[in-house]
Parts: sequence; structure tokens; C-alpha cells
Amino acid sequence: MLDELDFSVIWDNFHFLLEGMGLTLWLTLLAIGGGIIFGTILALCRLSHIRLLSFVAGSYVNFLRSMPLILVIFWLYFLVPLVIGRPVGTFYSVLVAFVMFEAAYYCEIIRAGIQSVKKGQIFAGQALGMTYKQNMQYIVLPQAFRNMIPILVTQAIILFQDTALVYVVGLADFLVVGERIATIENRTIEVFLFIAFVYFVMCLVGTILVGKLQRKYAL
Amino acid sequence: MELNYNWNWGILFEDPYFGWIWSGLYWTCAVAITAWIIAFCIGSVIGTIRTVDVAWLRMIGTTYVAIFRNIPLIVQIFLWYFIVPELVPDSMGMWMKREMPLPEFWTAVLCLGAYTGARVGEQLRAGINAIPNGQRHAAMAMGLTQVQTYRYVLLPVGFRFIIPPMTSEFLGIFKNSSVALTIGVVELTAQSRQIEEYTFQGFEAFTVATVLYIAITTIVMALMRVIEKRTAIPGMISLGAK
Repeated sequence: MLDELDFSVIWDNFHFLLEGMGLTLWLTLLAIGGGIIFGTILALCRLSHIRLLSFVAGSYVNFLRSMPLILVIFWLYFLVPLVIGRPVGTFYSVLVAFVMFEAAYYCEIIRAGIQSVKKGQIFAGQALGMTYKQNMQYIVLPQAFRNMIPILVTQAIILFQDTALVYVVGLADFLVVGERIATIENRTIEVFLFIAFVYFVMCLVGTILVGKLQRKYAL
Repeated sequence: MELNYNWNWGILFEDPYFGWIWSGLYWTCAVAITAWIIAFCIGSVIGTIRTVDVAWLRMIGTTYVAIFRNIPLIVQIFLWYFIVPELVPDSMGMWMKREMPLPEFWTAVLCLGAYTGARVGEQLRAGINAIPNGQRHAAMAMGLTQVQTYRYVLLPVGFRFIIPPMTSEFLGIFKNSSVALTIGVVELTAQSRQIEEYTFQGFEAFTVATVLYIAITTIVMALMRVIEKRTAIPGMISLGAK
């Protein structure tokens, strides 16, 4: 069996696979950016003294975290065009789904990061007459993000792996492009082994990086 | 902004959609619970061998975890479904493709079990490592063998330590079971999508799935809290049980 494998199919279709990986990385990058921004807002709401804000943010996070990502993708694939009133394309629906879903996870990471900053720092900021915004901007968030760097990278690796789930709506990412090539060229084994290998190497490099960052940024 | 949408919640109780929802819930639970049994067994072995002082055993554990954690779950399920039957000996591959009962179900269960097993193993390793070294040394000083040390000292405490992270792994397996729809297991998420495609009542279909997943989460969390309380060692570790 193994001696019949012919990996030339990979090189023949290399630029298609590269385009697919481009979309995967682009989606990952946008979802990380959007997820961190929305997640930070959620975290600040969750830690807010205003009861209503922290309740709403907390409910949002628990709600999203009990749902499978595939269901969230289906939800927004159906909902986004309906709300906007016209078709917007699969990519944007999926991107909204990822940002909303990942923000719930980023919120928890960022909340833990903010809580890891020593209370005395906040008091010192207040004693210097800083407003809430200044205190967050110059004192708390810079330290919090520094503490969070390794776990943020870990979450980025998880997100990178999660983007493969766009398969369920047929967006042409690395996996979907690979699957199409596998079907057309009738080389399922070679293509899927290659896909798994690429994901494995990229995530393993990321995992090793996390270990290094953990040592470097340990306060 | 006005949504152009015809509400019809009654659709959820009509034939055949009502039956579809229950069938979906059944398969979600069936996949998740069966896979959890496998994950727990694999995780116990992997977590243990990653902490023993035998280098080649640790090496096997580390490699297993690296492989299963660094490939997306959906790619893993395709590997199990399309590739594994081709790579095993011919007669077994034939059996998997032709005669194996419920092939999609068992493939999904194996895949999820192996994947979650790596994660459970990581948690258990952390749990065992969190036990003060004195416990291990005390066990050795009392003349316990390595196997006895694990069986009577380290594992009973290690497993109790990791009940909270195990709760989220157990919840994760219910959510991850939705990936089984990519190889044709018609579980809860797939059924809700199917109802949407048949009736165009997406709101109702996805809402019922969402509510059922939240119900599963609530039940699992309550169950794990009971287990945590039941297994707490009095006076020793609070373990978060109140």
C-alpha cells in the first residue's frame, strides 16, 4: 500500500494549497485581532463595578462557551445575511462567528491577566490621581498583557486549528482546497497526510515558541 | 432595522422535526459519553507514563500528546475515516470499510477518544506533578514499589486534583462531538442544520440546539460538582468543594 503513494500531487497543486493556507492564516489573523479587541471590552465589562455590565458580559461568555463552534458558524452563516439584509459572502459570516466565539475565550484569558496584576499597582495609580482610563491604559493592561503573552499564543494556536472548521460551510481554506484536490486527483491518502503534516509542524513550532516565551516573560 | 422573517416555533413540535431533534440529542450524548470512556482510559495511561522515571515511557507519552494536540480535530477525523483503513493490513481495512457496524459512529468515537485522551493525559500529568514530592518519597521510604506508589498514593490524589479541569474536558467532548457531522453522524448540530435547510426556520432550529447544549453543560457541571464533593478528602484539600 505505502509503496504506491505518489506525493507529486502536492507539488503539482502547490500554488492552490498555498492560496488555501493564505486564507487560513488571514482568517486566523483577523479573528485574533477582532477576538482580542472584543474580548478586552468584555473582560473590562466583566470586572466592572456596574452590576448590569458584568452580568451581561458574564452571561455572554458562559453562553458562547457552552456552544460548539460549528453551531456558532451555522448560526451566523444563517443570521448575518438576514440581519444585514443582503448576502455578504461566506468569509464575512465566518469571520463574525470566529470573532464572537473567540472573544468569549479571550475575555477569560484577559480577565485572568488583569486579575494577575497586583492590587497595589491599581491603588498606586489611583493615589497618583489617575483616572480609570489612565490607570487601565498605562498601569494595568500593559502588565496584564505581558503576563498573558504565552497563553495568548496558545490560544492563537487553538484558533489556527479551529479555522479548519470552516469546512462545514465550504470556505476555501487549506483543508477544503486540499480535499478538493484529493477528490479531483484521486489521491486522498497523500493529500490528507500532507495536510496533517503541515498543521502538525506549524502548531508544534508554535508550542515550542510558547515554552520559550513562558521562560522569557516570567515576571 | 426590520427582520424579514416568519416565526414558527410550532415547527419544532411537528413531525418529523421533533423526532430529528431527539435523535440528534441521542447521538451527541452517545458519541460524547462513549468517547469519554476511551479518553479517560487513554488519558490515565498517558498522564501516568509522562511522570514516571523511565525515559522511553515518558518519550512515548510526550510524542502521543504532541501528535494529537497539534493536528486540528477535523483533520484527525478525516485521517481516521479515510486514511486509517488504507494503512492497516488489507483484511482489517476491508472489515473497517465493509463490515464494521455503525462505521461513522465508531470512527468518531475513536477519534474523539484519542484526541481527548491526550488532553486528559496532560491534565493528569499536571495533577500528579502538583502533589508535593514528599508524598512520593514517603511512599518509597515505606518500601512501596513504583506501581504501588502510583496505585495507592499518587493517582488517588492526582485524580482528585484535576476534577475541575476534567469538567471542562468533559464539556469539551460534548461540544467537539459536533465535528462528527463531517463524516455523516447526524448529531444535534447536524439535525438543527438539516431542519433549517428543510424548513428555512433557522432561528427556531438553531435555538433549540443551543438550548439543549446549554442544558447539557448545566447537567454536566452539576454532576461533576457532586463527584467533587463525594471524593473530597476530609480536612486535606479543599478541592474547591464547598
